[in-house]
Amino acid sequence: MNVVAPFEGIGASVRRKEDLRFLSGRGQYTDDIARPGQAHAYILRSPHAHARILKVDTAAARAMPGVVAVYTGEDTKGLGGIPCGWQLHNKDGSPMAEPRHPVLAEGKARHVGDPVAVVVAETRAQAKDAAEAIEVEYEVLPAVPTLREALAPGAAQLHDAAPGNLCYDWHIGDKAVTDAAFAQAHKVVRFETTNNRLVPNAMEPRAAIGDYDPTTGEHTLWTTSQNPHVIRLLMGAFVLNIPESRLRVVAPDVGGGFGSKIYHYAEEAIVTWAASKLHRPVKWTADRSEAFISDAHGRDHVTTCELALDETGKFLGLRVDTLANMGAYLSTFAPCVPTYLYATLLSGVYAMPTIYAEVKAVFTSTVAVDAYRGAGRPEATYLLERLVDVAAAETGMDRVEIRRRNFIPTDAFPYQTPVALQYDSGDYFSTLDAALETAGWADFEARRAEAAKQGKLRGIGISTYVEACGIAPSAVVGSLGARAGLYEVGTIRVHPTGSVTVLTGAHSHGQGHETTFAQLVADRLGVPLSQVDVVHGDTAKVPFGMGTYGSRSLAVGGSAMVKAMDKVVDKAKKIAAHLLEASVQDIEFERGTFRVAGTDRTKALAEVSLAAYVPHNYPIEELEPGLEETAFYDPKNFTYPGGCHICEVEIERDTGKAQVVNFTAVDDVGRVINPMIVEGQVQGGVAQGIGQALMEEAVYDEAGQLLSGSMMDYSMPRAEDLPMVGVANHVTLCTHNPLGVKGCGEVGAIGSPPAVMNAVVDALREFGVRHVEMPATPAKIWNIINAGAQRMAAE
Amino acid sequence: MYDFDYHKPSSVADAVKLLSADPDARAISGGQTLLPALKHRLNRPTYLVDLSGIAELKGVKREGDKVTVGALTRHIEVQNSPEVKSAIPALAHMAAVIGDIQVRNRGTIGGSVANNDPAADYPSAVLGLGATVVTDKRRIAADDFFQGMFTTALEPGELLTAIEFPIPEKAGYAKMRNPASRYVMVGVFVAKTKGGVRVVVNGAGPGVFRQTEMEQALSANWSPDAVAGIKQASEGLNSDIHGSAEYRAHLVTVMAKRAVADAG
Ligand SMILES: Cc1cc2nc3c(=O)[nH]c(=O)nc-3n(C[C@H](O)[C@H](O)[C@H](O)COP(=O)(O)OP(=O)(O)OC[C@H]3O[C@@H](n4cnc5c(N)ncnc54)[C@H](O)[C@@H]3O)c2cc1C
Repeated sequence: MNVVAPFEGIGASVRRKEDLRFLSGRGQYTDDIARPGQAHAYILRSPHAHARILKVDTAAARAMPGVVAVYTGEDTKGLGGIPCGWQLHNKDGSPMAEPRHPVLAEGKARHVGDPVAVVVAETRAQAKDAAEAIEVEYEVLPAVPTLREALAPGAAQLHDAAPGNLCYDWHIGDKAVTDAAFAQAHKVVRFETTNNRLVPNAMEPRAAIGDYDPTTGEHTLWTTSQNPHVIRLLMGAFVLNIPESRLRVVAPDVGGGFGSKIYHYAEEAIVTWAASKLHRPVKWTADRSEAFISDAHGRDHVTTCELALDETGKFLGLRVDTLANMGAYLSTFAPCVPTYLYATLLSGVYAMPTIYAEVKAVFTSTVAVDAYRGAGRPEATYLLERLVDVAAAETGMDRVEIRRRNFIPTDAFPYQTPVALQYDSGDYFSTLDAALETAGWADFEARRAEAAKQGKLRGIGISTYVEACGIAPSAVVGSLGARAGLYEVGTIRVHPTGSVTVLTGAHSHGQGHETTFAQLVADRLGVPLSQVDVVHGDTAKVPFGMGTYGSRSLAVGGSAMVKAMDKVVDKAKKIAAHLLEASVQDIEFERGTFRVAGTDRTKALAEVSLAAYVPHNYPIEELEPGLEETAFYDPKNFTYPGGCHICEVEIERDTGKAQVVNFTAVDDVGRVINPMIVEGQVQGGVAQGIGQALMEEAVYDEAGQLLSGSMMDYSMPRAEDLPMVGVANHVTLCTHNPLGVKGCGEVGAIGSPPAVMNAVVDALREFGVRHVEMPATPAKIWNIINAGAQRMAAE
Repeated sequence: MYDFDYHKPSSVADAVKLLSADPDARAISGGQTLLPALKHRLNRPTYLVDLSGIAELKGVKREGDKVTVGALTRHIEVQNSPEVKSAIPALAHMAAVIGDIQVRNRGTIGGSVANNDPAADYPSAVLGLGATVVTDKRRIAADDFFQGMFTTALEPGELLTAIEFPIPEKAGYAKMRNPASRYVMVGVFVAKTKGGVRVVVNGAGPGVFRQTEMEQALSANWSPDAVAGIKQASEGLNSDIHGSAEYRAHLVTVMAKRAVADAG
């Protein structure tokens, strides 16, 4: 009998099914795959940030040992450009500038790392040797690595198709109403900040293998992707002109993505194309240095904003002016990140009567910038939560009180913000109260005094946030410029003896989907977890899918599975009714058992599935054999996780080093399927948020060279830099998806940076500090302490 | 990595013969510096001479008033050595805070000192204790050995075989790690030795250097307070995205105080 132990279903912290494979070294990552006869590609990249390519001489390289082929932009110029998946429109209604993004540079290199040529050879070392023999004549042009440099009058132009290096000039909200609100304001608080540029640094660098079967005309691409179907669509339709039926994309085990593996990258097209020309598999694997200059980076905003308040501290309106770095080319989702994933979140958890936001997106001579864990929402949350703290300081209000006073009331949901989104549910007061209680907010001053005795500056910071994930209703995003739908697909295949295979278009690259999704099935169909397998990451196995990003896998992908399970149960009930000689209306289904209501006559799911595949005694006139259903689920709205993060830091006075000593996260991620996995997701997100706040920054010099281009100079948080993160949940259910789930993948990275920075500013209060820019490195904090001390001495 | 040949001699004499035969040959000990450089194709040796099979280069000995550490002694061995722990605890402590456990299990004192990375730990102890660097041909006083960024008195083909540390009356070490690489941003090694007080700064400048003003102050009064008021000049110190020369100069004083406190 398939009686499920209750601890395997929704709400159980079962161990991750996939970990045995990962922890015993049996994962199959793209680089682990060796195709018979495979050749190796090495990509020669531009050492200059901006240069005209006068000549590429590959003759010597072609003659090197083991070289199979050498290609340059001349060879690939007939291919389509790397497409952008989202089209924004300017204030005047005209479309954004969308210059061609060639697979290999054509005439010009536009960032350090821009692919200029590719060598295919018998071994990777031979390919690398030959690449050194390629002679490229560059005419170096002035670099424009930063937003301000790129927008300066007379700045060097990266693309003819983007005058002034401007991609778009966009806005949202009502300017006139907002201006009027400011005219009425009792107080206006201004604030300017930079959201630091980050390098995603997934543990596994990107890799791709192209293969081609000339007998069938089938192309196969193995790639480190979060969304193989999207890659198939983008690369097949736009770059290589291969029909979906002839293109298989496999994303096997993937070692972390954080957004950076959403996008379609040139290397994927290069290996697929080269394999079809050479009739040999072609493999490319990035090394870490290459990842730094070729993976899309994250964040990189410069913003000024203003908050209007009345005399009681109520918010009257918000004005925001943001410059967002796109890098040298538009990556797949880049244009929507600083607009629809950012400006639409600017109301935060507050009843903000009116908002007007302007965003200019700018091309710079840097690697592309796109979504990175949180994507736009960390930038919005950081801006708002720092601004609210500054407002509290400048109005003399308590930091918690100003938040509470402006929260969206719990009975006001569904709540329409002035910037397009409608929040379905939430309870910001409860997450705040729970976090204040857990963090011991009330007796913080005692801890501050204790730290002072040890010569340390202790501060506490709070952030109350909401984010939008579970993207997204296709019609809505379509009207906003998305060039794809954002539904998800799930198939439930009940096998003859009752075990289940789930096919999902979502992709797991560390999140634990193979467990969480199996729990959904265990819970709904009553099949033991050990008999549920989740298949993902292969376009030849999974019917379709849009992939994993924006914390959508459970909210959208899980909902598709629920829909498919509903279909399975509907059909199975009919079969059970036939077997039990009852009417279908009388059949009840619970945890794996079909029962004639009010009787002890039952059939187990396995008996029903056996009948479905061995239909000897079967309602064959009305029903097809088999028990497998597929559902497409298009969400009705975004989901809106939110919560409260509280951070305590201690700063060493004499070195300026800040250490996070306490961190409390109370999140509302909707219904929790596996609490242990949710806790892990929040902790990982918080680690990245602490990294952004205190350590991480991609720094380019004026020549456009990435100074922080390796782990020697890019500061990643390590275990010793992180506290035990206390994680708790306060659940309000999502009202519009069948599971009531909201998503937990990004909340940690979204809520935490302002909590950390508010704590840093709080710790430095005595030095008259209003704001500290991220990352708050020891040197930066010491400068503040030193300058403050000197100023105080002078006074 | 470019192709190279590989030799694994079992005596210092054979190693030296191999190294002197070809100016483009390179010794390899723990490989924790050389291997990353090879992988980045920053080096193109004709062949590598792997020192790890040479027994006479290994181990720690305490004789009279000195501790001799063989060039091939790994950081983890110095960290755990009973001789070092009892005679020069500051040196064991230093070894314990080099890199991470994987690096300490491979990296060697000879490789580190021969390499003389400005951000390395060991050079400050070698200079701070007034040690003697022993090679296959000669004995070099620490004061003459370190000659600035990645430069030492070693001649091409010369092999560092051991380091002799005089046992100090007391010694201490403190450092601030670089937030990215976790190598030394600024470190200070202090020692009260037979030959007087030595204060050596690592990480902050292009190479290790003695801080004579602090040496004088500590000779008169061995206490953290004695160095608290002494400011290191920032001229000539490193300045990069992790900190200005002024910040590093400030840290010299901070680390000096901590090192003296560490020495007790
Ligand atoms: C991740 C990481 C973190 C690190 N962190 C630190 C740190 O915090 N502090 C620190 O001090 N170091 C650090 N290191 C460096 C480490 O300590 C190295 O072990 C050390 O610098 C070199 O020692 P090795 O034995 O590995 O030398 P190798 O890498 O084998 O050699 C280094 C150089 O010395 C030469 N050489 C080696 N042995 C001899 C010899 N006997 N005679 C003459 N020449 C010789 C080689 O030819 C080569 O040029 C780190 C390294 C890594 C990879």
